[in-house]
Amino acid sequence: MTQSSTQIAPKGQRERDFKPSTSARHALDWVFAVLVFIATIIGLVVLAVLLVDIGLDGLPRLSWQFITSFPSSFPENAGVYPALIGSLFLLLLIALISVPLGIGAAVYLEEYAPDNWLTRTIEINISNLAGVPSIIYGLLGLALFVNWLAPITGGKSVLSGALTLTLLILPVIIIATREALRAIPDTVREAGFALGATRWEVVRSHLLPMALPGALTGTILALSRAVGEAAPLIVVGAATYITFAPDGPRSEYSALPIQIFSWISQPQEGFQIAAAAGIVVLMAVLILTNSFAIWLRNRYQRRA
Amino acid sequence: MACAYLSVLTTFGIVFVLFFETISFFKEVSIVEFLTSTKWSPAFTDPQFGIVVLICGTLLTTVVAIAFAVPVGLLAAIFLSEYASGRLRRWLKPALEVLAGVPTVVYGYFALTFVTPFLQGTIFPSLQIFNALSAGLVMGVMIIPTVASVSEDAIYAVPRSLREGAYALGATRREVATRIVIPAALSGIVASIILGISRAVGETMIVAIAAGNLANLTLNPLQSVQTMTAFIVQVASGDTATGTLTFDTIFAVGMTLFVMTLILNLISYWFVRRYREIYE
Repeated sequence: MTQSSTQIAPKGQRERDFKPSTSARHALDWVFAVLVFIATIIGLVVLAVLLVDIGLDGLPRLSWQFITSFPSSFPENAGVYPALIGSLFLLLLIALISVPLGIGAAVYLEEYAPDNWLTRTIEINISNLAGVPSIIYGLLGLALFVNWLAPITGGKSVLSGALTLTLLILPVIIIATREALRAIPDTVREAGFALGATRWEVVRSHLLPMALPGALTGTILALSRAVGEAAPLIVVGAATYITFAPDGPRSEYSALPIQIFSWISQPQEGFQIAAAAGIVVLMAVLILTNSFAIWLRNRYQRRA
Repeated sequence: MACAYLSVLTTFGIVFVLFFETISFFKEVSIVEFLTSTKWSPAFTDPQFGIVVLICGTLLTTVVAIAFAVPVGLLAAIFLSEYASGRLRRWLKPALEVLAGVPTVVYGYFALTFVTPFLQGTIFPSLQIFNALSAGLVMGVMIIPTVASVSEDAIYAVPRSLREGAYALGATRREVATRIVIPAALSGIVASIILGISRAVGETMIVAIAAGNLANLTLNPLQSVQTMTAFIVQVASGDTATGTLTFDTIFAVGMTLFVMTLILNLISYWFVRRYREIYE
């Protein structure tokens, strides 16, 4: 530390530095212990207050009618049905696109790629991409999928939204899968090669099944992040007022976070309550997907 | 198996798209005006494009968030690694991580409908409905886990022998934590702070909901400000036709944001590499 200078301090100074003052130091120690404990708890307290606040606002509004109704200009009649279906539709599409791509990229980087500057560039790139703000992905999706590839994606469609969110969570999936692959001991690979298996055979019959639970846990957590994401979807043009559920990948759509955002922006009190109820529905979806991930992880850990 | 190249393509895609649209923006607006003007009013008949206003809004909410999240996150990291028992730690850490998993619209709702009225009623009666303070505070809560878990990893890597040496000299727990462990883990802690800043700069929904949409050059957190991200949301959620100047503006703002977060992430990466203390 810099406070003790290299010069020899005058005598009085030195004595002050070495004053034992045990009781004062122990009192300070106790204060510090309380302080760090409070710091740890404060986040959890805020989380609890947040959940209670939203529960109080939203739960009374929640009903079967709310889940099966379409948005309305009257807050009492508004419902989340198209947004809920839109979110589930997005989830399905993102899973279908991102899982094969993410696992493929991870297998390539971990098992096939030579260790050269290109591979290293890709690695640094992937970890950097994980730190790019989500709204930037929205801008990319807007230019790429909504405008340039409009003939394929149908413009502001579920597919464009899903592709954008796929790009967003792909780095996370790749990183999780690579960690799962790296945890497999090399002896497994060597045993396979010794029996004359090709690289692909080893990957398919041993490495993938062994890495899958870990990779899937990471993937599901990433998917649940994508479901809660609103900013990129606003940019790629998810609709806020829609009176039909999406019926195909090129259909227009809404999503739960978008619907919640649009209700929050309304001045009437009733819509704020509808937003709280929408948040309850969104949190329920997230808790379901996350508990699935935890269940998967526990199952995997018991086997290992 | 060339899926891996998709990541490189994504980066190139982002840079290319932003660059392309930003150039068409700067064909209309001079870069000098963009960087030096102190007014931001792209939708007016006499549009002004001073990115300083949006950067100022972004920095204001970020400073509030960091001022809250860094002490709390750091102290929480110390508690988890130096004070908590193994069992408590296994239980507390995932619980804190939940804070990072809450969707940001939910935080936005919380900031607007709970934190702002609460602060108005207790400490700051002059607080505006949309303000940088509550948006920043709630954003701070969101980035606690980022700061806490990255610094905790660094603190955890400090070898036991250093702590034991200090205890043997009669140091108390606090002295070990603040004089031995924190300096030894400094590179990781700084990296966690920079990572937190980059999160806060790029955070969108909380500020779009709770900080308002008034492009206002102010350093007063009690007032309404507009951040770069909130501006993008405001334009994108309205009906703006492709190819118009307003449309290009969001790409120019996005480019600024991308460059800022990229620099922050690179500094954080570099810091960990450069100043990591290696123990045997």
